[in-house]
Amino acid sequence: MTTTMTSRAESGTSKGPLLDVDNLSVTFTRRGQRDVRAVDEVSFSVEAGQHVGLVGESGSGKSVTSLAIMGLLPKRGVSVDGTVTYAGEDLLTMPRKTRNTLRGREIAMIFQDPMTSLNPVITVGMQIEEVLLRHTGASKSQARERAQHLLARVGIPDPSRRVKEYPHQLSGGMRQRVLIAISLACEPRLLIADEPTTALDVTIQAQILELLKELVTDTGTALVMITHDLGVVAGLCDEVHVMYSGRVVESAPRRPLFAEPRHPYTGGLLASIPRLDSARGTPLTPISGSPNDTLPWAEGCAFAPRCGNVINRCTQLTPTLEPVGDRALRCLNPLSDPPPGAAQ
Amino acid sequence: MTVPTDTPESLGQEREPGEGQPGESLWRGAFRRLRRSPMAIIGAAIVAAFVFVAVFAPLLAPYEPASTQWTELSTPFFVQGPTSDHLLGIDRWGSDMLTQLIFGARQSLVIGVVSTFIGLALGAAVGTIAGGVGGVVDTVLMRFVDILLSIPSLLLAISIAAALGKSSIALMIAIGVAQVPIFARLLRGSMLSQSRSDYVLAANALGLRRRTVVMSHVLPNSLGPTIVQATLNLATAIIEVAALSFLGLGTADPAVAEWGRMIVSGQARFQIAPWLAFYPGVCIAVTALGFTLLGEAMREALDPKQRR
Amino acid sequence: MLRFVVRRLALMVPTLVGLSVLLFFWVRILPGDPARSLLGQRATPAGIAQVNERYGFDQPIWRQYLTYSGALLRGDFGFSIRTKESVLGVFLDKLPATIELTVVALVFAILLGIPLGYYAGRHQGGWLDTAIVSGSLIGVVTPVFFVALLLKYQFGIQLGWLPTAGRESNRTNPDHPTGFYVLDGLITGNLSATWDALLHLVLPAIALGTIPLAIIVRITRASVSEVVHEDYVRTAEAKGLLPGLINRRHILRNALLPVVTTIGLQLGLLLSGAVLTETVFALNGIGDYLYQAISNRDYPVLQGFILFIALIYSLVNLVVDLSYGLIDPRVRAS
Repeated sequence: MTTTMTSRAESGTSKGPLLDVDNLSVTFTRRGQRDVRAVDEVSFSVEAGQHVGLVGESGSGKSVTSLAIMGLLPKRGVSVDGTVTYAGEDLLTMPRKTRNTLRGREIAMIFQDPMTSLNPVITVGMQIEEVLLRHTGASKSQARERAQHLLARVGIPDPSRRVKEYPHQLSGGMRQRVLIAISLACEPRLLIADEPTTALDVTIQAQILELLKELVTDTGTALVMITHDLGVVAGLCDEVHVMYSGRVVESAPRRPLFAEPRHPYTGGLLASIPRLDSARGTPLTPISGSPNDTLPWAEGCAFAPRCGNVINRCTQLTPTLEPVGDRALRCLNPLSDPPPGAAQ
Repeated sequence: MTVPTDTPESLGQEREPGEGQPGESLWRGAFRRLRRSPMAIIGAAIVAAFVFVAVFAPLLAPYEPASTQWTELSTPFFVQGPTSDHLLGIDRWGSDMLTQLIFGARQSLVIGVVSTFIGLALGAAVGTIAGGVGGVVDTVLMRFVDILLSIPSLLLAISIAAALGKSSIALMIAIGVAQVPIFARLLRGSMLSQSRSDYVLAANALGLRRRTVVMSHVLPNSLGPTIVQATLNLATAIIEVAALSFLGLGTADPAVAEWGRMIVSGQARFQIAPWLAFYPGVCIAVTALGFTLLGEAMREALDPKQRR
Repeated sequence: MLRFVVRRLALMVPTLVGLSVLLFFWVRILPGDPARSLLGQRATPAGIAQVNERYGFDQPIWRQYLTYSGALLRGDFGFSIRTKESVLGVFLDKLPATIELTVVALVFAILLGIPLGYYAGRHQGGWLDTAIVSGSLIGVVTPVFFVALLLKYQFGIQLGWLPTAGRESNRTNPDHPTGFYVLDGLITGNLSATWDALLHLVLPAIALGTIPLAIIVRITRASVSEVVHEDYVRTAEAKGLLPGLINRRHILRNALLPVVTTIGLQLGLLLSGAVLTETVFALNGIGDYLYQAISNRDYPVLQGFILFIALIYSLVNLVVDLSYGLIDPRVRAS
């Protein structure tokens, strides 16, 4: 199986970003129903070793974006347009076998629910070993050793015992650690994490995020963190893209985004996070309306029905993504002052 | 347009045709789903046709049942095929095939329905008491059900029918008893799972007597799965009636037409007149198919989780 | 695990005892004189007196039951009224034929059913899937004896491709050390005897296995189509594993679990279907003998055979339940 991939030794920086998503669109078609554009001309890039956050509510298209990058969308009823370039090659037009070789070895992904993401009838060890056996030239015993080593690395105590256990014998947090171990087993250059902590207890969430941060920083792996929780992104990502209804509405480096959100949606997200230092009894400030209250982008700004900053033009013109200083913004009437409660 | 959620499978869905309208009862919704299901329509059509033929047999059949006046048309060397007088030909004993098939439907229907009813009544009683009362009564009753289950159901029916002698009633009882375990387990399970449900706890907290709770709350909720099971069991019952008749059990009265027996008699002339056994066999299969389709469609319609 | 086995075996005992009690009363519920019913048309006053003495029908019920259970415990299951042979002896004699038929039918159902069900589950909505689903529906509702007849006449008599009666051709007379004709040929080095026995099993096995085949197809299809959407399959794909490996280790290993549970149920269908199939193909097994016993009102045989069959059925179900623990680690924990 020949690939024309650049060798591992070369980092991506000399030839451009590691991952470049350009005008990615994903449309779902179903018989007898209108097409649904889940992802609409989304563009962003990830440099080697960079940590990027994709933030949005459910329905924003962030998960579908990641599945499109990985090539895990169903074949029937889905059409994908645009280009997704990894180390110079377009993933979307690549032959299936080549792409399959990339998965797990160069680009890895972890998913939201650790309780269902592991095969219940084979051992934890085997599930780590199989990815090693597939992509590296390791022998069975080498793979077994490495699996144990990986379990220790992700903070699972007594790995020699755990390796022979089955998923149902592990807690949710431990299972997610196993999944992280699996994803990093072949030392991929890019890790996509789709809401890895959402299904876990709050106390475990912080641990897992810490673990992830430590691991990707140590290995120099690029990270795409997908989440609805800005708090997760705050400690972890260098650059943040906020998505709404399939499109990117604001992109910015971390500090400026949190210090001065320009898009009303971002502002709303930030304001809705309760603060430790607010007085008791302070009412929460959610974003008004629900994800169902949305306009199609073709008719104006999708966020308009819920926007506190809405003006007439918002329902007449479709805002485009414009560079504004160090960020990009899709808004006809952006916020100018930091709204109250914006986190630093 | 609804905003898509993130999972690819649910993306692209507006309100599904199968999804409930707000505030719709389980039954109304189930019925609506049934109406659009091709399986349900075909099944219901077959069942309706079968019942119609069985009920109106005397009116539909061209001749009297088992009137063997054409014996000269059936010899070991030749059996009369379809003619204008006898649309499906003559059977082995010289009777009109079409008449025999029509009355055979009646026999299958009667025995099938009665035996399923017996199984349902006895089984539901056993299951409801076992699940409702619990304790020793539960253990004893379920042991009894286990005994019935230790023998494959057809063999159980065979042994009971063999003991009771050759009559239609023997068949009804035999097949009925063989169905008791299924209904008993179904109702017991229903009782047990529902006795833990919140609304039963609420009813008990209100001080309602246990029997009231069971009769007016729990049993109606078990109705759906029970109807589904009864329909599916009817299919089995019809096949078992034929099987038992094939083995020589059931009524010995030659005047009573029965599909299973027709297959037996058709066996002897199979080489020269394969249709003798073929027609009744197809009738059995098609009728059982109708009930199975209907039962499966009902099961899907009543399932609150709508899956493709 | 051992505790589980012991507990299940212990549960079997009261069930079988209860069954024997039921069987005991079963003969006695017949209308009329039990002795007369046993002898049927051959009843003479002398014969009745003999039967009464033999079976103690004139004794009070409790003593009758004691005699009966005593006999059972001694292994005395009575004698066939028709042939005077020991019921137990006849059963053991005829058992290999039925086991052979049942095993071949089950193997046929599994070897054909799982691939078909798998394909249908993966390609839902395709034309082949529709064909498979329809076919399996028809298979489920078609009575065994009807299929048997059709096969017998079409392939056996009409086309003459396969034998339709007996377990072996009449002219040959090979040795039968075990009673399993297929095995015997292998053991005695008589391969043509094995081949002959297999040929005789083809049509009956297909007839008998049709319903289990249809059921296995349906369950496999439903199971596979569910498992394919599970999160862990997505994880396996994200790992970049080869499709063949994903199919075997992740999809099939999980999808086949429900299939294994029904194997026990299938056995019940196979045993009862065997009665019907053996009569059509004259296979001289338990089913065949049972059928004759029914026609002849040979009650000791019926009683004994039902009890033995129940024992076998319970044991096989126990084994199936145990094997479930072997393949699904989650069950082992509880």
